[in-house]
Amino acid sequence: MSTAEDVIVEPGTARKYHTGSWRSKKPVVDKEKCINCLFCWMFCPDNSIIVEGGEMKGIKYTHCKGCGICSRQCPKDAITMVEEGEE
Amino acid sequence: MPVRLTEGHRLCAGCAEPIVAKQVLLATDKPVVVANATGCFEVSTSGFPQSAWEVPWIHTAFATTAATISGVESAYVSLKRKGKISEDIRFVAFGGDGATYDIGLQALSGAIERGHRFMYVCLNNEAYMNTGIQRSGATQRGASTTTCPSGTCIPGKKEIPKDLTKIIAAHKLPYAAQASPHNWKDLIAKAAKGFEANGPSFLNIITPCPRGWRYDGANTIEMAKLAVETGMWPLYEYENGKWTLTGETKRIAEGKMERRPLADWLKAQGRFKHLLAPEWKDVVDDIQNNLDASWDELLRLTKL
Amino acid sequence: MKRLAMNGDQAVALSWKQIDPDVVSSYPITPQTIIVETFAEYVANGEVGTEYICSESEHSSMSMCIGASAAGARSATATASAGLAYMWEMLYIAASMRLPVVMTVANRALSGPINIHCDHSDAMGARDSGWIQIYAENVQEAYDNSIMSFRIAEDMGVRLPVMNCLDGFIVTHAIESMEPLDDDAVKKFVGDFKPIHPLLDVKSPHSFGPFDMPEYYFEHKYAQQKAMENALDVVRKVSDEYAQISGRKYDLLECYRCEDAEYVALSIGSTAGTMKQVVDDLRAEGHKVGSIKLRLFRPFPFQDVAKVLDGRKGVAVLDRALSFGAAGPLFADVCSAMFGNSSSSPAFNYIYGLGGRDVGVEDLKKVYFDMEDGTAKAVNYLGVKL
Repeated sequence: MSTAEDVIVEPGTARKYHTGSWRSKKPVVDKEKCINCLFCWMFCPDNSIIVEGGEMKGIKYTHCKGCGICSRQCPKDAITMVEEGEE
Repeated sequence: MPVRLTEGHRLCAGCAEPIVAKQVLLATDKPVVVANATGCFEVSTSGFPQSAWEVPWIHTAFATTAATISGVESAYVSLKRKGKISEDIRFVAFGGDGATYDIGLQALSGAIERGHRFMYVCLNNEAYMNTGIQRSGATQRGASTTTCPSGTCIPGKKEIPKDLTKIIAAHKLPYAAQASPHNWKDLIAKAAKGFEANGPSFLNIITPCPRGWRYDGANTIEMAKLAVETGMWPLYEYENGKWTLTGETKRIAEGKMERRPLADWLKAQGRFKHLLAPEWKDVVDDIQNNLDASWDELLRLTKL
Repeated sequence: MKRLAMNGDQAVALSWKQIDPDVVSSYPITPQTIIVETFAEYVANGEVGTEYICSESEHSSMSMCIGASAAGARSATATASAGLAYMWEMLYIAASMRLPVVMTVANRALSGPINIHCDHSDAMGARDSGWIQIYAENVQEAYDNSIMSFRIAEDMGVRLPVMNCLDGFIVTHAIESMEPLDDDAVKKFVGDFKPIHPLLDVKSPHSFGPFDMPEYYFEHKYAQQKAMENALDVVRKVSDEYAQISGRKYDLLECYRCEDAEYVALSIGSTAGTMKQVVDDLRAEGHKVGSIKLRLFRPFPFQDVAKVLDGRKGVAVLDRALSFGAAGPLFADVCSAMFGNSSSSPAFNYIYGLGGRDVGVEDLKKVYFDMEDGTAKAVNYLGVKL
C-alpha cells in the first residue's frame, strides 16, 4: 500500500529538497559579534540556523532561502546579507 | 526539542507561516497530531512524496480542518477509552484566514461547540494568498487585493474585517487569544495554555505575507511588530470568560509605551500605498475610527 | 436468532450496535434520521462503546469520519440526498486516502425541487467518487449489507469506503420481518479493525492527504481503480462467508426466472423485489420473462452483467435516476458491459419512479409488453404524466 494512496510514509523527507538554490542574497555571520541569543534561530522560517549546545554555529546553506530575517532581527548586526557569489 | 516542521518546505522566502508554526509547536513537549487546511502552508509542506512534517499530519480539504481534527480527536477519545492507545496526545489544526474566517468557519464553530480538545491556529495573513492574494473576511479595509484592487473609483477593500477572535470567544470556550510571532515569548505562552486547555482553544496569529502585503521579506518580523504597536493587531487573551491584554498592547494600555500612528502601518506595505493619496483621506479616517473604536471596546472588555 | 419486525433504518442501526464502531458521526436528514436516532439511544444507554459525534453538517460529518478513520478508528455515518451532495468533495477524499469508512445512504431524490422521497439520483451522482456501492432490496438486505460493508471496506486488498444504499421510505421506513444474527456472530464476522499507518501512531508519523502533482496523481488514481477491481472478488468472498453464518447467500447480481427468459429487466433496490411479482404474474400468463437484481453498482460487474443478458430478445434497464441530456446511469453501464462483451441483445432504458413516483406491478408489466410488441423506445419514461 506504501505509495498506492496519497499518504507519505516517511516523515521529514522535504529535507531532500534543497531550497538553498532559491537564494540570491546570502547571510554571512560574524561570530565575533554573535552573543548566541538565538533570535535568528527563533525567526528563521527554514530551520537553517545551525545550533549546537545552545550556540549559534552557522547557517545551513543547503536550505537557507536568503530571506534576510535573521540579519534584520540580529540585535548585534552579526549577520550581513551579501550578494550570492560575492562573499 | 526535536524539529517538528523541517526545512525543505516550499513556502516563500520570508514567509511568516513556518515561524508561527515553529513557535506554536515549541509550546508542548507532548506528541502532537496536526491537521492542516488547504492553502500555502499545506501545499508547500506536503508535495508528494516529500513531507516537511515529522509529526502525524492530515490535510483533507479547505473548509474541513476543524472537522477533520474533530474526527481525529474523537478516534483518540474512543480508542483511549477502549484501552487501545495509551499516549497523552495533543491536537492542533492550522488554517489560513480564508480557511478560518470564511469557508471553514461553520466547521470551526461546530467543533468548538462540541467541545473537542484541540487547538485551532489561524495563520492570518489577511487574504487568500495561495491562489494569488484575493480578499477574505480578514482583509483589512482599504487593502488592495486582486479581487478588491485599488482602482480610480474604489480604493481597495470597502469593508472592515470581521472580528473573528471575538466571534470565537462568543462560543465561551476555555481559551482564545491573539498573538504575533515577533513576541515569541507571548505567543509560545499562549500556545502552551491552548494546548493544555481542557477543551477547544483558538489562537489568531498575525502572519505577515511579503507577497500579499508587498514589503521586503526581510521585514516579516518587523511587520508583525508594527501590526501590534499600531494597535491594528492587539495582543490579548480570553481565558475562562476573562479578557486580558498582553505584550506591547498591555504596555500601551498602561501608558508605558506610545501606540504608533496608523500611518506607519499603511506606509510600510504596498497593499495600502494608494491610501496615501489625499483623495482617499476619508478612507484612512474611517480605518482610524474603526481602530480607535475596536481599541476602546477591547479596553472596556479587559476592565469588566 | 428469532425474527424481529423493524424498518430498514432500525435494521442498519442494529447492525451498527452489534459492530460497535469506534466513531460514528451523525447529521439528521430524512429518510436516514431514524438510523442516527436509534443509534443515539444505544449510546445513551451504554449499549455501545462508540464515540458518537453530532456534526454541524454532512460536509463535516464525512470529514470527521475521514479524520477518525485516518486516526485508526472504525468509522461510520449515514446520509441521504442533499446530505450526500453536500459531502461530495469529501467522498473523493475518503476514497483517495483509501479509508474504509462505511456510510448508509437512504436513497432520496436530489433537490430541486425539494422532495423527500425515493430515487437514486443521490448515490448515482456519487458513482465516480471511488466508493463501493451496494443496493438493498429490503430490510433484511439492508441489515446484511451493512455488516458485509465493513468487511469489504476493510479488506487489505480493497481499503475503500462503502456506501450501503437502501431506498428511502420504501425500505428505510417500511416495517418488515427480518432475522438478525447473534451479537457474537456479527462481532466475530467483522473482526477487529486493522488500521494502516494510523495518525495516532505518533512514533511512526505519516502525512495524510499531501499535495499531489502530475508526477504521482495518475498513479494514485490507477491504484484506486485496481482496488475497485479487487473488490469484485472480495464482495463474492465476503458474501460466501456471510452465507455460512447467516444462511443467506448473496451474489453481485441475482437472476429471477431467467433461465429460458426471452425478455429480461434489470433493476436495483426495492424495485427488484416488485419485479419478482411482475415476472410471476406474467409467467402465469405464458410470457417468457425474467428479472435481474443488480446488488453491486460500483465496482460494476461488467462480465456478470453481460453474461446474463446475452442472447435475450430484449433487455430493459430500469433507472431510478436520470443523467439529463443522456439517459439512465445504470443503462449506460449495462450497454457498455454488453458492447464490451459482444452481446447484441436489444437494450431499452426505462426511467421510472423519480422523486418517489409510485411504480406498481401493473406499471412494470408494461416494460415487458413494450419489448414484446416492439414499441419499446431506446429511452422510455415510465409513468410520467404528459
